[in-house]
Amino acid sequence: MNTTHAGIPALQARKSSDQNLVRLFVMLVLVFALMTALRPGLFPTLANFGSMMRQFPEYGIMAIGISLTMITGGIDLGVVGTANLSAILAAKFLIGAVPAGAQPQVVLPYIVAAVLISLATGLACGYFAGILISRFNIPAILATLGTQQLYTGIAVGITNGRPQSRLPLLYSKIGNTEFFNLFPVSFILFLVIAVGIGLLLSRTRFGTYMYLYGTNPKAARYAGLNNASILRRTYLLSGLLSSVAGLIMMARANSAKAEYGAPYTLQCVLIAVLGGIDPNGGFGKITGVTLAILILQFLSSGLNMFNQVSNFYRDVIWGGVLILVLVFNRLLSARAERRALRKRAIA
Amino acid sequence: MGGSAVVGREVANVINPRRLLGRSEPWVLASIVVLSLLIQARSGQFFTGNNLVDLVQAMIVPGLFSVGCMMVIVSGGIDVSFTAVASLAMYVTDRVLLSSHYAGSVLLAYAMSAGLGLVMGALNGLLIAFLRLPTLVVTLGTASLFTGLMFGAFSASASAVPPAIIAHSKEILFTAVNPQLGLTSNMPSQVLILVGVFALAFLLLRYTMVGRGIYAIGGDETAAERAGFNVRSIKMFLYCLVGVLAGITGIARISMIAYADPSTVLGMELTVIAAVVLGGTRVTGGVGTLTGTALGVALVIILANSLILMGIPTYWTRVFTGAVIIIGTGVTARQITTKRRRERGPARRAQQAP
Repeated sequence: MNTTHAGIPALQARKSSDQNLVRLFVMLVLVFALMTALRPGLFPTLANFGSMMRQFPEYGIMAIGISLTMITGGIDLGVVGTANLSAILAAKFLIGAVPAGAQPQVVLPYIVAAVLISLATGLACGYFAGILISRFNIPAILATLGTQQLYTGIAVGITNGRPQSRLPLLYSKIGNTEFFNLFPVSFILFLVIAVGIGLLLSRTRFGTYMYLYGTNPKAARYAGLNNASILRRTYLLSGLLSSVAGLIMMARANSAKAEYGAPYTLQCVLIAVLGGIDPNGGFGKITGVTLAILILQFLSSGLNMFNQVSNFYRDVIWGGVLILVLVFNRLLSARAERRALRKRAIA
Repeated sequence: MGGSAVVGREVANVINPRRLLGRSEPWVLASIVVLSLLIQARSGQFFTGNNLVDLVQAMIVPGLFSVGCMMVIVSGGIDVSFTAVASLAMYVTDRVLLSSHYAGSVLLAYAMSAGLGLVMGALNGLLIAFLRLPTLVVTLGTASLFTGLMFGAFSASASAVPPAIIAHSKEILFTAVNPQLGLTSNMPSQVLILVGVFALAFLLLRYTMVGRGIYAIGGDETAAERAGFNVRSIKMFLYCLVGVLAGITGIARISMIAYADPSTVLGMELTVIAAVVLGGTRVTGGVGTLTGTALGVALVIILANSLILMGIPTYWTRVFTGAVIIIGTGVTARQITTKRRRERGPARRAQQAP
């Protein structure tokens, strides 16, 4: 697929990326219309939107992290493990350190410290994966398959697999605050992160480096880029985003557990691919990923309104959609390639 | 990397002792020996008949999976769906045979499950060989599809097995007794399937064009195509074969535990991949041996099964799997880089010499 993009002039690549966004937007509207038509009293309601805004930020933020690693041609399968491990360490600290029955103003500094612990854990987890990939040349798939096991294993080991509950009330109170009685903190966090990462990719030097590395690592090296540093920073960022997602999960469940969010890995890869991120690297936008997140959330919330659809069918749907999107994108890019070749032949 | 060149190099590696140390197999073997002695020293229970039989028994299913998994990695891909294929094939076979009150031989169960595995493997093959989609993402998707079908459409739960499989589960080669603890362990007949699959895989990989083609594709797909290998059909064959093997493995598994637990092998794919990579299969494709794979499986199973003998709580098992994947892949990746450097060195000198 790399050769495909190399063969298309940059202008045409931009056009096809815009077409992808239009396609995603049409899909989003169609899913919304379908669900509204099937469940008019339940789907297009303020309550449903409120609940959707509480659900998608946690996996949405992880999906953005995975997307970043996929833009560099890798993948981070360790996001869920990182999220849970960092949340568990923060929860352990809160449970152990906060004195019982303390006033909110006493608890607040502890919460700030717990958040910092969680973010630091995320950074450390991401850095470790980045080192494995950049320094030891382990393929990203295997390195992060390993870190996922390792982080989840550590999380299970230090908690004996039990949920860490009885967190100070203030934490979930802050975490579940809603602005204007509608927008939860997690949703605001997601917005800030999506916009921030979008700008990082499109407006900064580092963003361009990530695309360059993803398109062709060898060319990037000959162009004088520090490939190891690009990889390290990408996985560092993915780890950081995962720990933010972990903090959100912890606030929503009011506890932390090693096994939370297990199906999110596949869902995040699906979102990235659906959103137009090329699994071979070098291609994709955060706008597309955000649209894909919304499509998936509409589908998922909509399906929840049908009692006869078992949760296991969701696995079938996610797997099926993932494969269909892959096939569709493949066929489209094959067509674009043929067209480009024909044009060149005429010229 | 051409087929005969690999064979030639393999022979040279066996003869040359310094080259031998550059490979993974001796190191894995050494780790197994050291680990066994350590466990023996700590528990005194390692070199007992029943523990060894238990270990071999635990190696059968991951061993069967590892053959297909190794071939896929050698071809330059990665498959995480084989456990899902095994579960769905085994479960559908079990339900069909049960509801039709089948009373014949167990061979039909194997054939049917292998056939279902073939269909699922062919789906992977179509997507990977013909549409050239990335193997990891495809198999993540199909794995989700197959487990979803099993639990959703067939609402799978632990179920009984037909009489043929119960009879098959009682076929025991011999029984090992531990006189000290009074424990006995049976060597199941399924170990013969494992031996047979390894033997056939050996013949396939070494003496057929398809087998050499798998190595050639993993070494360099374009070069393989130019050399005349039909890359598409070789990949298609490979993923079908992996499906067939997974189907057989599913039946072997339920005929060892004598009930059909739909989730009994799910999640095992990581352990198997770890074992294969630990056994020296190069994750970027082109290099891998069955000997190494067998040793890798042995090491991982000994590690996992001996945590209890070593007095380590089972909560930490996943940490070990993760560490094994990371260390195993790290060591092989390092070997490749240093080897490349060493190979580059003499080549340059040879150029300058004449």
